[in-house]
Amino acid sequence: MTQVTELPLQRERAQTIFEKGAPGRRAFVCPQLDVPAVDGEQLLPKRLRRAQPPRLPEVSEPEIVRHYVGLSKRNFDLDSGFYPLGSCTMKHNPRLHERVAALPGHARLHPLQDPERAQGALELMWSLQRALAEISGLPHVSLQPSAGSHGELAGVLLTRAYHESRGERRPKVLTPDTSHGTNPATVTMAGLEVVKLATNSDGGVDLDDLRAKADSDVACLMLTNPNTLGLFDRNIEEIAAIVHGVGATLYYDGANLNAVMGISRPGDMGFDIVHFNLHKSFTQPHGGGGPGAGPIAVSERITPFLPRPLVVRRADGAFDLDHGGERSIGRLRGFQGNYGCFVRAYAYICSLGADGLKDASETAVLNANYLLARLREHGVAEYLPLAYGELCLHEFVLSGGPMKRELQIKTLDLAKRLLDFGFHPPTVYFPLLVEEALMVEPTETETRETLDAFADAIAAILREAAAEGPEVAQNAPYTTPVRRLDEVQAAKRPVIRQAL
Amino acid sequence: VSRYTSVTPRDREQMLAAIGVGSVQEIFDRQIPAAVRLGRALDLPDGLGEQEVYAHLRALAARNTSAEDELSFLGAGMYDHYVPALIDMLMERSEFLTPYTPYQPEISQGGLQVMFEYQTAISELTALPVSNASVYEGPSAVAAAGYLAKLHNGAKRFVVSAGLHPHTLETLRTQAHGYGMDVVEVGLRDGVTDHEAWAQAIDGETSAAIFAQPNFYGAVEDAAALSAAAKSNGAVGDGMAGNGASATASKPPVGGATPVVIAQVDPIALGILAPPGECGVDVAVGEGQSLGNRLDFGGPSFGFFAAREEYLRRMPGRIAGETTDVDGRRGFVLTLQTREQHIRREKATSNICTAQALNALAGVVYLSWLGRRGIIELGELLLARTHYARETLCALDGVEALHTQPVVREFAVRLDGNVAAVRRRCAARGVNPGVDLQQLTGRDDDRGGLLVAITEQRSRADIDRLAEALRVAVAAEPADPISVAVSV
Repeated sequence: MTQVTELPLQRERAQTIFEKGAPGRRAFVCPQLDVPAVDGEQLLPKRLRRAQPPRLPEVSEPEIVRHYVGLSKRNFDLDSGFYPLGSCTMKHNPRLHERVAALPGHARLHPLQDPERAQGALELMWSLQRALAEISGLPHVSLQPSAGSHGELAGVLLTRAYHESRGERRPKVLTPDTSHGTNPATVTMAGLEVVKLATNSDGGVDLDDLRAKADSDVACLMLTNPNTLGLFDRNIEEIAAIVHGVGATLYYDGANLNAVMGISRPGDMGFDIVHFNLHKSFTQPHGGGGPGAGPIAVSERITPFLPRPLVVRRADGAFDLDHGGERSIGRLRGFQGNYGCFVRAYAYICSLGADGLKDASETAVLNANYLLARLREHGVAEYLPLAYGELCLHEFVLSGGPMKRELQIKTLDLAKRLLDFGFHPPTVYFPLLVEEALMVEPTETETRETLDAFADAIAAILREAAAEGPEVAQNAPYTTPVRRLDEVQAAKRPVIRQAL
Repeated sequence: VSRYTSVTPRDREQMLAAIGVGSVQEIFDRQIPAAVRLGRALDLPDGLGEQEVYAHLRALAARNTSAEDELSFLGAGMYDHYVPALIDMLMERSEFLTPYTPYQPEISQGGLQVMFEYQTAISELTALPVSNASVYEGPSAVAAAGYLAKLHNGAKRFVVSAGLHPHTLETLRTQAHGYGMDVVEVGLRDGVTDHEAWAQAIDGETSAAIFAQPNFYGAVEDAAALSAAAKSNGAVGDGMAGNGASATASKPPVGGATPVVIAQVDPIALGILAPPGECGVDVAVGEGQSLGNRLDFGGPSFGFFAAREEYLRRMPGRIAGETTDVDGRRGFVLTLQTREQHIRREKATSNICTAQALNALAGVVYLSWLGRRGIIELGELLLARTHYARETLCALDGVEALHTQPVVREFAVRLDGNVAAVRRRCAARGVNPGVDLQQLTGRDDDRGGLLVAITEQRSRADIDRLAEALRVAVAAEPADPISVAVSV
């Protein structure tokens, strides 16, 4: 396993599409000029024209296909193996969704088609809004935001607009120290100030710290529940009472919704604003870094400020886009949002139905707790103890602190060694308050055999480190197309495009 | 219905035993207080089998009139360009479709190299040295560029051309309000940004000067002149005595900031249009849908974001960089991550996490497919057909050009008649003649306006069919008194 002989896939040296091809080679055949030729200068004067053509590749179609198929083989993906990336909910992506999204009635529908001739699309969006409202326990939904962090931005701007409508300027937003980085980053972008909340010994919000910091300057508390430790904050009702008591709103980061669909609803917990990650809980494929979609659901008092336009059903039963909303915060992007993602999420909800969604959450929680139990059984726990709690919901966080001290391998080394076993590693070094954190989210779509194999791999790596020393893990991986990469060099002297 | 899971009753029993609980219910009971439990089934329909879901989604699709079903000249931000088959094939590959963001570079070299190639292609198109790996889409890309300007110079005002897409203007206002930035709009004159008003509006307190190329009305702007005016009127006295500096040299620089010049550009036109990097533009952003992405009723597509070197460390989003592995092999990683939210949290340059990697892949594959010559040939074809379409339409009674500026693949006309009614008559003949301008912008000046987009999928015969449909429809409509008044 630890050989240094080059494997076949490591012998291929990376070459970009710009380094391939030859002058004159091409794939595109331009349609014939079928209109009268006119002097180019008359159509577009020289001073507005490009002098030097962009140096795009000169490649044939077979070359393009071989190049990108070749690149695809240098990627690990969810269809190939286990992907327990905490907070990312890497559940199976049904191919039905790709098929229905590609139907020309969806895929070739122009976003400015007249509503009366886009009734199918508007009905789909309206139905999805209704489903998301029911799942979140909040009455109104905007599908517009393009991703979770975009939904967060919508949420903080909505909170601002709500307070401003009451003549209040509230400059602060509370975020727990376990929060996703997008939460504080969003607060700054919305022109507000972050105030950090401490975490108590149970992994939840420290209520004393909350009481001390909650005052009339606070616009909002942004919370993930279950939080990034995979734990449900049992004090949620009291948290909501404290936050609402000072007139602030409660924001729900929906990244972890996969734990509680059909079981517990943010609206019933007292949240005013929720964002969904359709690319997590609702299985929109992530595409190696997007697309996603981040719809938001809100309580009645926030509703007047929702982004425009909204999909509505008129009295005559027809669907329409409502561009009104004088108190709306306005648009967050062009057109109606990532409709292709809505088609997939809606198909998913249709497939599962009410009991299927609940079953998905239950199975996600069962799988996470089973994997956690397996990692304890193997005597892994002495090196990788659970950071907080006894049980978990859909994910759990281990601490690699003891492993680092006793076996001299860091969480990073464990993650890299897992690559040689054919697994995508869990999320590492997050949340920040856990030493050498390892955040594991198996999801409901994995088999028990896969969970067992993963637990066995972790145990094997720890045994290997104990028996053979830390070097094996420290120098891993060995079997990947490239081995550990020099990130310091990449950042120090950035090379971010092909030199031509 | 239980779907996509694999746990059998026997598995469940053994798994629960390993956990040490009697039921899944117990796991929840021990963690979630009863008061916040739902305690009933969700009020949603029962689950369906795959073929039933397919039939339902197909029935919904059938109630949409897509570009497949009519002769469409709709544009205004998204365009019905041909998407080559190889893009469908590559986007459906599991290895591109199903991974998350490449947090583990050793097993993500494919996706990271695609980002690197994409950045190269965008950098070439825009003639700007640095590009990120994508942002959400066009209008929010402009807002993101505005935020970069705010971080860069801290000045307090955006000066924007009314030639920006109305969705861009609104998106920018939504976000600028958040971080306390004023937005001042400069009007158009004969279809392009009013240069005098533009120069007047920009001063030392201008954080960014923002225009579109070509603009929303299809007109090609004099980008170099707009950039030069913005630079010279911003920080007067910084040695950049450019065009028109003499006219404004007397204006004292209030804040002394040099505005960041931002252009929202149409990437498909950049084979023939002078690229932003050669026109003095600092940050070029835009909607990437034209480059190999479907219409999808508005998304997902991708936004691109390119800039001069000095803005590299304030860029939003992912950036792929080249490096080597421990054995010296060439490889790629996500780089300059200290800009990003997961490291810098409240000090990040943006909150963006998930962007549009798969759509950006389609973009770079499309640009490779078009190739060095193809992008020019396509640009020339669009230019010629768009010119032909404008000439043909404007020769009709009751149709006149809204402006006479050069156009590349979209143009605006004014109809002597109610636009909504004309569009309905055309639709009855299977022709969607374009976008009702006033309906989209809400501007009085746009009454009677129709925005017509031409792609390579619209032949001369198609354009002639549009002209015929429009001729009949306009002739059948009584003149709209207000539009006549405006056009006089």
